[in-house]
Amino acid sequence: MQLITCPWCGPREETEFRYGGQADLAYPADPSALDDEQWARFLFFRDNPKGTFAERWCHDAGCRRWLRAVRDTRTYVFAETGPYGSFPRRSARPERSA
Amino acid sequence: MNSPVPPGAALPDHPDFLWRTPEPKPSYDVVIVGGGGHGLATAHYLAQNHGITNVAVLERGWLAGGNMARNTTLIRSNYLWDESAAIYEHSLKLWEGLEDDLGYPILFSQRGVLNLAHTEQDVRDSVRRVEANRLNGIDAEWLGPDEVAKICPIVNVSDDIRYPVQGATYQPRAGIAKHDYVAWGFARRADEAGIDIIQDCEVTDFVVDGDRVTTVRTSRGDIACGTVALCAAGHTSVLLDRLGVRTPLQSHPLQALVSELLEPVHPTIVMSNAVHVYVSQAHKGELVMGAGVDGYNGYGQRGAFHVIERQMAAAVELFPVFARAHLLRSWAGIVDVTPDASPIVGHTPYANVLVNAGWGTGGFKATPGIGWAFADTVAHGRPHPLVAPFALDRFVTGALVDEHGAAGVAH
Amino acid sequence: MSRVDGYGRIDRTRTLAFTFDGVGYTAHPGDTLASALLAHGVTTLGTSIRLGRPRGVMGAWTEDPGGLVQIEEPFPEPMLLATTVDVVDGLVARGVAGQGRLAEVADTARYDHRHVHCDVLVVGAGPAGLVAARTAARAGLDVVLVDDRPTPGGTLTGTETVDGRPAPEWVDAVVAELAAAPHVTHLQATTAFGHYDDGFVLALERRGEGSDGGARARDHRIRAGRVVVAAGAIERPIVFEDDDRPGVMLASAARDLLHRHGVLAGREVVVFTVDDSAYAAALDLRQAGASVRVLDGRSEVPPGWTRRCAELDVPVEAGTDVRGTLGSDRVRAALVGESRREVPCDLLLVSGGWNPTAHLFSHVGGPLRWDPELVAFRPAGELPRTTVVGAANGTYALADVLREAGGEDAPTAPPEEITPRGMLWRTAGDPARQFVDIARDATVADIARAVGAGMTSVEHVKRYTTIGTAHDQGKTSGVLASGVTAELLGRPVESLGTTTFRPPFTPVPFAALAGRDRGDLFDPVRTTAVHAWHVAAGAVFEDVGQWKRARHYPAPGEDMAAAVLRECAAVRGSVGIMDGSTLGKIDVRGPDAGVLLDHLYTNLMSTLKVGRVRYGVMCGNDGMVFDDGTVLRLAEDRFLVTTTTGNAAHVLDWMEEWLQTEWPHLRVRLTSVTEQWSIFAVAGPRSRDVVGRVFGDVDVSNDAFGFMTWQDTTLDGVPVRLARISFSGELAFEVSVDAWHAPDLWARLVAAGAEDGITPYGTETMHVLRAEKGYPIIGQDTDGTVTPHDLGMSWAVSKKKPDFVGKRSFARPVATDPQRKQLVSLLPTDATTTLPEGSQIVALPDDGRLPPPPVPMLGHVTSSYRSAALGRPFALALVAGGRDRVGEVVGIPVGDMLIAAQIGGTVLVDPEGARRDG
Repeated sequence: MQLITCPWCGPREETEFRYGGQADLAYPADPSALDDEQWARFLFFRDNPKGTFAERWCHDAGCRRWLRAVRDTRTYVFAETGPYGSFPRRSARPERSA
Repeated sequence: MNSPVPPGAALPDHPDFLWRTPEPKPSYDVVIVGGGGHGLATAHYLAQNHGITNVAVLERGWLAGGNMARNTTLIRSNYLWDESAAIYEHSLKLWEGLEDDLGYPILFSQRGVLNLAHTEQDVRDSVRRVEANRLNGIDAEWLGPDEVAKICPIVNVSDDIRYPVQGATYQPRAGIAKHDYVAWGFARRADEAGIDIIQDCEVTDFVVDGDRVTTVRTSRGDIACGTVALCAAGHTSVLLDRLGVRTPLQSHPLQALVSELLEPVHPTIVMSNAVHVYVSQAHKGELVMGAGVDGYNGYGQRGAFHVIERQMAAAVELFPVFARAHLLRSWAGIVDVTPDASPIVGHTPYANVLVNAGWGTGGFKATPGIGWAFADTVAHGRPHPLVAPFALDRFVTGALVDEHGAAGVAH
Repeated sequence: MSRVDGYGRIDRTRTLAFTFDGVGYTAHPGDTLASALLAHGVTTLGTSIRLGRPRGVMGAWTEDPGGLVQIEEPFPEPMLLATTVDVVDGLVARGVAGQGRLAEVADTARYDHRHVHCDVLVVGAGPAGLVAARTAARAGLDVVLVDDRPTPGGTLTGTETVDGRPAPEWVDAVVAELAAAPHVTHLQATTAFGHYDDGFVLALERRGEGSDGGARARDHRIRAGRVVVAAGAIERPIVFEDDDRPGVMLASAARDLLHRHGVLAGREVVVFTVDDSAYAAALDLRQAGASVRVLDGRSEVPPGWTRRCAELDVPVEAGTDVRGTLGSDRVRAALVGESRREVPCDLLLVSGGWNPTAHLFSHVGGPLRWDPELVAFRPAGELPRTTVVGAANGTYALADVLREAGGEDAPTAPPEEITPRGMLWRTAGDPARQFVDIARDATVADIARAVGAGMTSVEHVKRYTTIGTAHDQGKTSGVLASGVTAELLGRPVESLGTTTFRPPFTPVPFAALAGRDRGDLFDPVRTTAVHAWHVAAGAVFEDVGQWKRARHYPAPGEDMAAAVLRECAAVRGSVGIMDGSTLGKIDVRGPDAGVLLDHLYTNLMSTLKVGRVRYGVMCGNDGMVFDDGTVLRLAEDRFLVTTTTGNAAHVLDWMEEWLQTEWPHLRVRLTSVTEQWSIFAVAGPRSRDVVGRVFGDVDVSNDAFGFMTWQDTTLDGVPVRLARISFSGELAFEVSVDAWHAPDLWARLVAAGAEDGITPYGTETMHVLRAEKGYPIIGQDTDGTVTPHDLGMSWAVSKKKPDFVGKRSFARPVATDPQRKQLVSLLPTDATTTLPEGSQIVALPDDGRLPPPPVPMLGHVTSSYRSAALGRPFALALVAGGRDRVGEVVGIPVGDMLIAAQIGGTVLVDPEGARRDG
């Protein structure tokens, strides 16, 4: 059982966290513009590297905030963790209310 | 003291010879990547059913040292959906004749499986699965708590547990087998047929010409190939990444454990999804258990201890007599799971590369069945009907075979 | 008796009685079962698993492959090593033949978990561990020191000196210093059995049967800044013919028995060694009164030790070996050298060198490498947070051990001369009688067969021969098997390596790992604020997620069917009340709350007016329904979302995930208020009267309080929210109040309804009433493969919104297949059969008989009840192309029968919706 460094709470037990799979996948800007193949890729296809992997974790039983982590899937060692969203990514942005 | 040798403690003798240790040849008609149960079974049936013997099985470590050596050896076919039931039932029928087919004492023991229901919804899902199984010609029964206790008296069916047992599905033909022996039995027959089993031979890359792979690059040199059949379980993604082929596979640690040897106490197999444990008592007398998959992706062949602790709590909750049994050894495998908890079998974008992966927790029980159907697929270059529903394109059409929906039962 | 005066740490002033194999014996506090039996001359404890050969104690502690026992009293426990069982008064034990027996009753002992945090965890209180702990303590660090044996000292039990003092004295001084130091926890009888990432170590403290009514064992879950592995080393046997005979023992074990327990394990001793360390055992046993002879397998013997042997009349023979043993249940002679000369003995001590106990280093992936000088595999390489010191690291000489563990603060010990160690796996002889793993009856011949069969990996040899798979997990046999295999393959042992060390280091009782997580504590039990009332009313409960929900309230003599018919009739005929507090509730607040909900629900929520309520469905990205519920707009910037009971946490997680990871720019905050609000449904044609009576200030008329609207009010100053929401099709109100005031409000509603015969109803009645209206229960009528369209809820799927979660998947080929399974009703044509939920549906053959399998299935029954309103049973079902089959009669196999049922629309009661406004 590992210690995972939450950017807000510091190192905490793995059991406080929930795994969220691959990071940095943006919800498509316009899903209706995608063909079935493209939509399936967004829905189901994820990287599965043996080695460095950028992931999402949620500090579920703590501050409940999502974080981004870089971890080695062979050793499970976390190279870094940081706030989710602290990196460039493209995302569909539902407009804010006026 | 001086008691006779306890029942079940003795194991059968192994054959004097199992397999050769050949040097890889420059070229093979079929190169099977992965010397686990599926790769070896595919090799055996390629030779036996199709007469294809210019075949190499490449294993990066020691033969059958991956999930084949790490699973909890449960065999059953009581799956919900027709597609799953068909391949697993085909497999179970092969299991029933496998000892003769392989000429190897694989200790296949049909002791039945109880899948416990703990909530009203569990009961509905269980009945649904039993009725589907029966219409598919698979032995299945729904049992009330008293009948559960008759089959397995050590299950606590009283109301004094957190989630009382409401009943169970029962498949009498389910069973267990000795995993290593199964692998060795397939390996021996494949070796006898002239197939080269090559250990310590890691596939590092592929040489591609157009839509074909011409050569497999390995830690022991280049090997030219007719067809490439991938049977690499948790490492499938690593291989397909080399070819630029993406799949929805994710590799996770899955832990299991055994107790010390105990006098016979548990006559069947019990699985509980709600309470998260499954347990049988193997031939030598050890309790064999597994639990849920560790949450994160991992290739480390180890998991977190809180998963084991939770599993022990579930075991003692359901089987109070297990309290002073001892955890003797725990370990982990790498399971490759898919979004619908069903395998991916069939063609890839490369014309001569076929994939068989994504079996998650179901790989062992499928071994002869998928070996049979995958060999047929390799031999004929088109999906065998039993694997056709498990093609990769189902994720595009949406025609999933969702076995972890409400009625799905893992493991 | 082989007890010798002046030795051991046993309390000879007290005597304990115990029984072994039906014979009564005595022991002293401080004895193990092994030492007590050996003191009485009992050398054979059981029989071997395959061959039925006698088995006795061979090791001193957890490495022993031979002395397995079954405890019967005070409580049955299987497969313990006699060397690790403390004798207590009344202990009943017996030898076993390789299999243990579980108790037939539940274990009522308590087992605790303890969470421990420290700067340094030291594993092992031998010389290395004591010095390491002392050094850390002197530096002011938080230290935890654990040692698996009952008393500290490790190998410092005998004749060594440290800092010029007898070792036991030095040990006592260090222990006293640690006890006096702040921030030091020192636990004996505590085995560190597993090491996981980031300094996480599991340690099992054995506290004894019924210790003061407290826990029998504690599982310490230790998180350490640094783990110092000072676990020592395990002596390795040498393989020869009949090396499994009782009386053959590791040299270190005999020495340990003498110094810890005052037991001289033999009077006529032969020591066979290729390592200097066995000389200490030879001399100690000699001084305790045994006659001793040393056979050194090396051509060069250690001069210092040989000199001391000569002084004590211990002959030393160099360049010879033991080829076999004679005897029956106990060794009577060693067969020595090429000539197999008989050398009489009743104890044959063996030392083939030592294997560092590096398990806790390996558990976290630490690599081992072969050290030819050490003749052992030792830790190689660095691991974060982990240090290995002393014998566990391959450092054997005491002075070196102390220096390695203590640095500048290390105590001193006399220097030792080391004669090069010999590498000897086995001597010449009949491989079929040379036991490598005594616990598994596995011999050199078995390894030879495995190698002959084509096996070249130690993992294969292990599996072929079962070496290393017994209770001891190969502590003495593992490396030996590698050595013998390497020899047979003609390869160097380093090219084979060892099999992997896996947790736990020693066996751990299941119950100790389960701890208190059993029964009600296995999973939290959640109850509503009104739970006590339900209990008092005789409710039967069902588990829904972690919640206990009242399923029905049987009157005396009623079964569930009767109770539910009565409850249903009451609701449709007058008024009923149900505790719906388990519904998930999420407060969604912020200027962009409507935007978020529009994206997560299939229908439009942002257009909902303040004061109104809307039903909504949520789908996953795959377009499959995963939750539903009502949404109240509390203010322009605030909504209250309700979820299904079992899915509340999941829905909140889902909303947070989108909000934080996809649309963090949206100004929304989400708060679970499930526990804060209790909700009661008051349903039935008289519900308006009841609610009106309790809330006199509120105009509950249909004009003033329309369907799907809500109003806030107060009752004696307590805020209450009323909503016109119906899950039964009847006129109904949902009454919400904070959990603290909920019991009182419930009582007032029940009292106010007395004149209308208000009837409490449970989840089963709620299910029947909603099913009569065709309202699905998510998770019962759906299974993760059902879209809103399949449920006939296209009306709840917005066509205006450009996108929402799940929308794109509705356009996949499979989602538009007319043969998708759709929700319909089924009416059994016999009007009497209640179809079992879960039943499969097939085409009804002309002859009405089920054909042989495989039979194609059309769908399955998702919900099925007897209806008071309809006066007959009915069901909901998912049926392929169901809506196009309305009117069709299908078959449902029930047992041996095939029941006919007609497919219909889902709304069976009040299809025009006339009842909801009263």
